Amino acid sequence: MDINFSLLIPEFIVVGFAFLVLIISLLVPEIQKKGLGYVSIFGLLFTLISLYLMMNVQDSLLQGMYIVDPFATFIKMLIVLSSIMVLLLGTEYVYRLINEYYSEFCFLVLFATLGMMALVSAGDFITLYVALELMTITFIVLVGFWTRNTKSSEAAIKYILLSALSSAVLLYGLTLIYGVTGTTLINDVVGTIGKSFDNSILLVGLVFLISGFGFKVSAVPFHMWTPDVYEGAPTPVTALLSVASKGAALAVFFRVFLKGLAGISTLWIPILITITVLTIMLGNFVAIPQKNIKRLLAFSGVAQAGYILLGLVAFTTFGVASSLFYLALYVFSNLGAFGVVIAFSQAGGGDQISDYNGLWKRSPLLAAVMLICLLSLAGIPPLVGFVGKFHLFRAVMEQGYVWLVFVALGMSMVSVYYYLLVAKAMYLKNPKTNDAVKVPIGMQITLLATMVITIFLGLYQTPLINLTISVAETFF
Amino acid sequence: MDLELIVFWLLSFITLGSALSVVFLTNIVHSALALIMTFLGVAGIYLTLQADFIAAVQVLVYAGAVSILIVFGIMLITRGSGNMQETNLFGKYKYTAAIVVTFLFGVIVYFLIQTPWSIATGTLPENTVSGIAHLLLSDYVIAFELAAILLTVSMIGAIVIAKEVKNFK
Repeated sequence: MDINFSLLIPEFIVVGFAFLVLIISLLVPEIQKKGLGYVSIFGLLFTLISLYLMMNVQDSLLQGMYIVDPFATFIKMLIVLSSIMVLLLGTEYVYRLINEYYSEFCFLVLFATLGMMALVSAGDFITLYVALELMTITFIVLVGFWTRNTKSSEAAIKYILLSALSSAVLLYGLTLIYGVTGTTLINDVVGTIGKSFDNSILLVGLVFLISGFGFKVSAVPFHMWTPDVYEGAPTPVTALLSVASKGAALAVFFRVFLKGLAGISTLWIPILITITVLTIMLGNFVAIPQKNIKRLLAFSGVAQAGYILLGLVAFTTFGVASSLFYLALYVFSNLGAFGVVIAFSQAGGGDQISDYNGLWKRSPLLAAVMLICLLSLAGIPPLVGFVGKFHLFRAVMEQGYVWLVFVALGMSMVSVYYYLLVAKAMYLKNPKTNDAVKVPIGMQITLLATMVITIFLGLYQTPLINLTISVAETFF
Repeated sequence: MDLELIVFWLLSFITLGSALSVVFLTNIVHSALALIMTFLGVAGIYLTLQADFIAAVQVLVYAGAVSILIVFGIMLITRGSGNMQETNLFGKYKYTAAIVVTFLFGVIVYFLIQTPWSIATGTLPENTVSGIAHLLLSDYVIAFELAAILLTVSMIGAIVIAKEVKNFK
């Protein structure tokens, strides 16, 4: 048995730094712990560089147990990037509010990153499941580690119960598919299914798989945990959960369905269309009456997951490429919005939308970043969200689902309404106090970066689109 | 009827009977004890399939560790005499649950019967443990190492969450 260890270098760097931070945190005195966040960011930057150098590698380890292809590397880069930004944005928040577990926050984020990276690369069901659990359990700890805040504990209990249920459903689905095909390797499943298409138990397995993955990407009707967990968790964790965890789950969803179950796409595309339409409609409509900004962003995230799933419905290279493009822009726009929530609440502001009244007078930067990111999520030109939605809708349209495009388009209009409600509060209403909101310099730079990327990609997106198309070609 | 079939029927009877009593017994501690019997019955079925290692793991992990965990959980959360009505104040969905579960069971069984399962042929190895050990450290080594990290993380998480809360505001 020989393993090409060089394919695992990014994972090794993350594990190494995670354990390094874990050990250092036990040795350094209390007041010097703040540097641990920067050590973690440093490690993740290394990982990002090594992933960038591996962009064109197309290989697998241990007979396909672990796949390293451009698709995996692309998603991993997004995951690592969002972990870096969450650490940059969240350091101050966690250090100030959850000081006793600050070092745990740093290395648990690294472990969660490792779980998500392994999930994206998993080539068989066993690795997939273990990676999924590593990601989920780390997130459960992160959601509940603000032990002084009862809301955080409540969110953790909700998350652990519901994700245990969804894991059980997913596992049952995986065993049924294993029972039919006799293999756990995703790449081998496709060949066996081609021969035994009439196996009706496959349909049950398929439904269970969609429910299991649907829970992780918070697709309706498996989204019920999202608002409560997003609201209760410490905001940096919410940001990571809404961006990286959703991205990793979407990636594995795409891999299993596009690689393993591609032969029976006629079976799962109708189910998926139903789920996508429900997700987009419910996510957007329920977001309207929300009073809490984190719940609003939770429902908007549900709707955004629906848009990303449109690319899977299209089931073409261009569709998958559009989904990847949309995922990339979702990372920046959503993290920008959550970054503002983090900055605002650590400065003493609340999480209600009415607390954001007149924010532009108190902090023009925060208000501007929030506005740009929300408008991008709504899909207003010339921001990048418009380009992403345009390509997704075009990909779906090319497959003949015109009505689906109209539904998605109509719901985009609805989303503009509730995003603008936040903008209205920030720009048109009068603030309760006129105190300036203090934002640390590191956060300012990160927030500006997300804003600049959101605007820049909207004006010049060709390189990223070409990249996503070449990445999506791994599937077809 | 050969011996293996008799054993199978006996074990199925024990497993299903104790599983039903987990649901229908009114005392939560009795339910937990019945659950241990279910785990042991499943372990017996593994043995008839000559999966000796899996059977041992089933006894160790489920009948041993998991049931202890459940009993601990019961110890911490029971109110009153341990009656189900006193412990679970919100368990009002008895009939809804029965309908949903019966329906789901019916659907799954229908599809299971419809499916032409392929039965593995070939001789079983004399000793499954060394085969599993070899697989764990060769083909499944990444999953194996990830599981190790998973255990570390869950241990840290358990300590973080269960640690005494200071200065509760």
